[in-house]
Amino acid sequence: MAQSVDVQSTEARAARRGRLAGFAFTLPAVAWILLFFAAPIVIMAVYSLMPLAPDGSLSSFSLQNYQRFFGEAAYVQAIWNSVVTTAVVVVISLILAYPFAYIIAYKIPKRWQRLALAFAILPFWTSYVVRSYAWLLVLAPTGVINWALRALHLSDKPIILAYNAGATTLGFVHFFIMLNALTIYANLVQINPRYVLAAQDLGASAFRSFLAVTLPLSVPGMAVGAFLTVVLCIGDFITPQILGGMKELLLPQVIMMQLQRQLDLPMASAMSLVLTLIVAIVYLALQRQLRMSRL
Amino acid sequence: MRGKAWLGTLLSYFYLAACYVFILLPVAMLILFSFQDGRLPVPPFNGPTLRWYETAMANDRMMAALGHSLMVGVVSSALSVVIGFLAAYGISRYEFRGRRAIQGLIILPLAVCYLLVGMGLLVALSAVGLGPSLGIVIVGHVVINMPLAFAICLAQLGEHQRKIEWAARDLGASTWHVLTAVTMPMIAPALIAAFCLCFTLSWDEFIIAFLTTRFDVTLPVVIWSLLRGGLNPQTNAVGSFIFICSILLFVTVEVLLFRKRRP
Repeated sequence: MAQSVDVQSTEARAARRGRLAGFAFTLPAVAWILLFFAAPIVIMAVYSLMPLAPDGSLSSFSLQNYQRFFGEAAYVQAIWNSVVTTAVVVVISLILAYPFAYIIAYKIPKRWQRLALAFAILPFWTSYVVRSYAWLLVLAPTGVINWALRALHLSDKPIILAYNAGATTLGFVHFFIMLNALTIYANLVQINPRYVLAAQDLGASAFRSFLAVTLPLSVPGMAVGAFLTVVLCIGDFITPQILGGMKELLLPQVIMMQLQRQLDLPMASAMSLVLTLIVAIVYLALQRQLRMSRL
Repeated sequence: MRGKAWLGTLLSYFYLAACYVFILLPVAMLILFSFQDGRLPVPPFNGPTLRWYETAMANDRMMAALGHSLMVGVVSSALSVVIGFLAAYGISRYEFRGRRAIQGLIILPLAVCYLLVGMGLLVALSAVGLGPSLGIVIVGHVVINMPLAFAICLAQLGEHQRKIEWAARDLGASTWHVLTAVTMPMIAPALIAAFCLCFTLSWDEFIIAFLTTRFDVTLPVVIWSLLRGGLNPQTNAVGSFIFICSILLFVTVEVLLFRKRRP
């Protein structure tokens, strides 16, 4: 009797020690995230509720920043531009990346697939700031495309390709094709090829078995790619700033303007939080597919 | 019927080639015109020269930024891997209340824009009255990279490794001893791969570095200020140089992961 109580308390002690040890191992990570990620966002939220007065001081709590943000046409336009650009980039990237990933996964011999993928993400290894700049070399009035058109006597006046919303979209699509090709490829090679064979045994055509089997099974890979695209695209300041030519501003550009020109930290905070809210909504919409993926 | 399949394959390869041209075109132009013997990195191409690489090397601001970027990258990646590994070990080896919640909290920064992390740090700095500095960039890069290192380590700490750890424990090893003499050597390739990945991301990160530095800046911030002067072969040279360095790092990671996969 006494012995069994003793064993139990030893076990309980060991379990408690295990709990403490497990918690202790995660402590540095948790502290870092709370201190340098969560706390700053809380401070931002507080700041965003204290609008900047004309004399540069912070006023008392109010929703004025948010009212101004959603009340001024230029700001609402920036939100709209960001959302539309991101949506267009997601759709075009998925449509172009899917066949690309599909061909690599199913039409290229297994031993060449890794090399094919490595080449497909090659530009990823240049600097992120330089990648958009590299598109300027191609699109600028004196750039490669206009030079080629002139050399072929197809056009004598330079065509305006850079410094507009189309160039921004192109720059984004270039990067996100690589990213989506990776996530879709990783998903496609996990699909059991017997499912497709079974569908074809049952009389489905190649196209029908693709629509009914392969495509639905690759939705998680597309969802992961789409979500990463949204997060990275909607928060990007560099690509629109270099390629967009300051027309049709996107949300990050407006945020940076609040910071650098107006020195309005509270307003920039409010805008950043709205940006994050948009990403959170997308996450909730894609949650089911994201959980299903094993990437 | 056979003719149709042949056509399909041809179309596939054509599409593949078109994608590769689209993906590789800007990088090819970047590298080609880094050797431009002239003041503009646009056609026509005038003979190869290394002059712009020399200009970049002689640029003190650029070289200082290169050093800063290396320092920020190494320190933030080392911190990310150590903290991320410890957390992954705690999560995978112990049962405790709030384990799921803690795991969710640690990977949370993966789902937000870098802009939010940078803005948060900027606002927090102004709230506590501190100025921008490279130290803050390191802090920010750990915030974005540590969750990644954590996820990579967690995926590697499986049941197989747990059994080997138990064996070591049965033989009398302490927790600390198991961690340093058994667990870490076992997943060393993953730790190195995580370090290299964190380093490339830190090395390349712009917005956090831009928001939280003023005088001592990192390489992407200097390149950014260079870009305001328009098209310039020096930018091509720096971009091409970074490209070569990143490829070398990528090959290192590949070799390490490949060696691990072989039975």
